[in-house]
Amino acid sequence: MNYIGEILPALLNGTWTTLWVFALTLVISIPLGILLSLGLTKGTKNPLAVAIRWILNCYTWIFRGTPLLLQLIFVFYGLPIIGVVFDRNSAVIFAFVLNYAAYFAEIFRGGFQAVDRSQFEAATVLNLTRWQTLRYIIIPQVTKIVLPSIGNEVINLVKDSSLVYVIGIGDLLRAGNIASARDVTLVPLVLVGIIYLLLTFVLTMVQKQVEKKFANFD
Amino acid sequence: MLELTGISKQFNGRTILKNLNLQVTDGKTLAIVGPSGVGKTTLLRIIAGLEDADQGEMTWNGAKTTSEELRKQGILGVVFQNFALFPQYTVRKNITLAPTLSGTSQADADKKADELLNQLSLTEQENAYPSTLSGGQKQRVAIARALALNPDVLLYDEPTSALDPALRDNVADMLNQFKQAGMTQVVVTHDMDFAAKVADTVFKMPIGLEA
Repeated sequence: MNYIGEILPALLNGTWTTLWVFALTLVISIPLGILLSLGLTKGTKNPLAVAIRWILNCYTWIFRGTPLLLQLIFVFYGLPIIGVVFDRNSAVIFAFVLNYAAYFAEIFRGGFQAVDRSQFEAATVLNLTRWQTLRYIIIPQVTKIVLPSIGNEVINLVKDSSLVYVIGIGDLLRAGNIASARDVTLVPLVLVGIIYLLLTFVLTMVQKQVEKKFANFD
Repeated sequence: MLELTGISKQFNGRTILKNLNLQVTDGKTLAIVGPSGVGKTTLLRIIAGLEDADQGEMTWNGAKTTSEELRKQGILGVVFQNFALFPQYTVRKNITLAPTLSGTSQADADKKADELLNQLSLTEQENAYPSTLSGGQKQRVAIARALALNPDVLLYDEPTSALDPALRDNVADMLNQFKQAGMTQVVVTHDMDFAAKVADTVFKMPIGLEA
């Protein structure tokens, strides 16, 4: 128990890093994903919209088709070669947001396309503005559709945050790994596992509560 | 009076509507009839402003207008074939949402909803969600939702097709009650018996159009 007490501050310090990477990525990438999904959704044949859709499709293809670890290394170690320099924290948020926004954009695109066209038309004939249609009619329905997929990505994000060790940021996993190597014991790694499980348990509970809130309609 | 003149519409090179003329007299019910695929629903969607006609024009009481203008003035109401109720809202909220978003106070919207719920025998279902309603109830909610905006003309797309045949006469009675109350109605239907029960005028869609 004494040993646990000794290493716990370092682990909690690492947990704080894990949490800010998680929270900041989520807060930026979900709204960005919603915005990008509107550009990805087929609808108009306007040349500008088609061009934007093509660019966004390339973006999601690249960021979903390559490892987040590669993207992180590319941003922090690769971009300085061409003169674009990020500090460690900015590089993490930049890479994580671009990666997760690509996933969220595709999830929301699927959600928007799953809403029946007649819902948009009903809103139109009831004289709702485009914003009112999105805010009051479409987004609540899309939210219900995408919740399970978003929940999975949110849990993945907690675990993916451990990748920040590759650019030298001291997160939870790195703190546990250092303690384990230094003291030649498995205890820090077991504690790291328990902390990750606790975090994902809390998120799963939150997800269930939110899904329950949306369960009253089909 | 709503009047459409010279309405034409093509889809992918196929002529759906060709030079159609149509008059909808105030306080009367016009039925647009014809077999499936002749463009009845397309015509209704053009009146509602959900499709653009390739040619033709629309007048309202003699003044040239567009569906969009009529909609913005609250003249048109639409009841969809699949009802298109908002699943995330209760029956009452389905009815009050559009009026409140367009500036009506919640109290006035609720008062109007009370009247409509009572008139359409939906009082017991006011807190129910659409997924729990029967087809007939859903249709009445869809009608109440359209009526909540006090339209001058109510458009119905195949109002009997999603309903049990036994409910057809109930719908006809309801439409006739609205007519007696002065509502102008346009009903698209493939059901000639139903058209005969509700319509003052029947418009038969021309069939066999070629590109």
